[in-house]
Amino acid sequence: MLVNLGIGIPTLVANHLPPGMHVFFQSENGLIGTGSVPEEGMAHPTLTDAAGHPVTALPGASTFDSAVSFGLIRGGHLDLTILGGLQVDQSGRLANWTIPNKMVPGMGGAMDLVSGAKRVIVAMLHAAKGASKIVKTCTLPITSTRPVDLVVTELAVIKFCDGRATLMETAPGISAAQVSAATDAELVMPADIPEMSL
Amino acid sequence: MRTISIDQSVRMIPDGASIMIGGFLGVGTPERIIDEIVRQKKRDLTVIANDTATPDKGIGKLVRAKLLRKVIVSHIGLNPETQQQMMAGELEVELVPQGTLIERIRAAGYGLGGILTPTGIGTPVEAGKQQIEVAGKLYLLEIALRADFALVQAFIADYSGNLGYALTARNFNPVIAMAAGTVIASADNIVPVGVISPDHVVTPAPVVDYLVANA
Repeated sequence: MLVNLGIGIPTLVANHLPPGMHVFFQSENGLIGTGSVPEEGMAHPTLTDAAGHPVTALPGASTFDSAVSFGLIRGGHLDLTILGGLQVDQSGRLANWTIPNKMVPGMGGAMDLVSGAKRVIVAMLHAAKGASKIVKTCTLPITSTRPVDLVVTELAVIKFCDGRATLMETAPGISAAQVSAATDAELVMPADIPEMSL
Repeated sequence: MRTISIDQSVRMIPDGASIMIGGFLGVGTPERIIDEIVRQKKRDLTVIANDTATPDKGIGKLVRAKLLRKVIVSHIGLNPETQQQMMAGELEVELVPQGTLIERIRAAGYGLGGILTPTGIGTPVEAGKQQIEVAGKLYLLEIALRADFALVQAFIADYSGNLGYALTARNFNPVIAMAAGTVIASADNIVPVGVISPDHVVTPAPVVDYLVANA
């Protein structure tokens, strides 16, 4: 499968692949087959990830221009993207590219990734400065009208089915009531909510 | 195609020109041409590129030297100087989703008026743009984007202007090479005609107007 990881918490996902699972990671600057950080002295100035940091390319890697790279993203060729988030609303809409007048970095590839990937997972902290990031309605400009599939935080796994936020799993030692109290959005609570297996 | 000096390559760019520049966070940017633009103090430039790099690298040097009137880019997050100049009203910044930006450039280079993309629907990006429904799905009409000049960085060039690229330094380079009035290429390695296998030419010679000689 082809997977694109965003910067920050999502980048860490690559360190936790189950043994035997074969994944191609894409860097949207033009690489499929992104490997680990190179050993000391082995970095090459023209082999970098989407944050501009040196990477390695695994056997079977390929490089291409930005039009191909975003063709892969928008064209239904990208199986999964895992991105960071600022807010997700209870229908699954993500805001992750700007805080007007405060943080205006530009959307980069985020809008294309959310609009185009077959599956979108958001990996983020549950709250920022005490305020829930899973909200009734996004107050920040959204990234795409396409709802994300899943949000994973340090407290919970929340799935968006039929336009509603459903609590699927809680973190070890966290109750469903604690998740609900820490969440601004209305959560659908199934009868059985298992703990995450870590 | 003519081979010219670095000084000549920048001398032909007038103040106020629009320039596409290759590179992704400075990787694959023609650094020597950038340095020469700073040295010749070209002003009021509009730069179309993926990003504005970091303050000490690539397009970041043009921002720092305050030579730009406007940038059309997808990302400025790693260049605080771009953000400061934008907030101070000294630099106009048009932010475009990365996949839309490269397709607008590709459209211009391939003789198309624009493209239809789902990216940006329902976001601030849709403001002022026509929406077109195709087979039940809504798309934004994004119009083609051309420039006066393209500054291209290649890994290898021959003296007829054929270009090949290296790894992630390819990014915007072969796409902008199709979309500008005058295409100026710089290359890490310049080799005799015939050395690059036809299969390894990514940008064909006829689209390159000038090759900057290596010192």
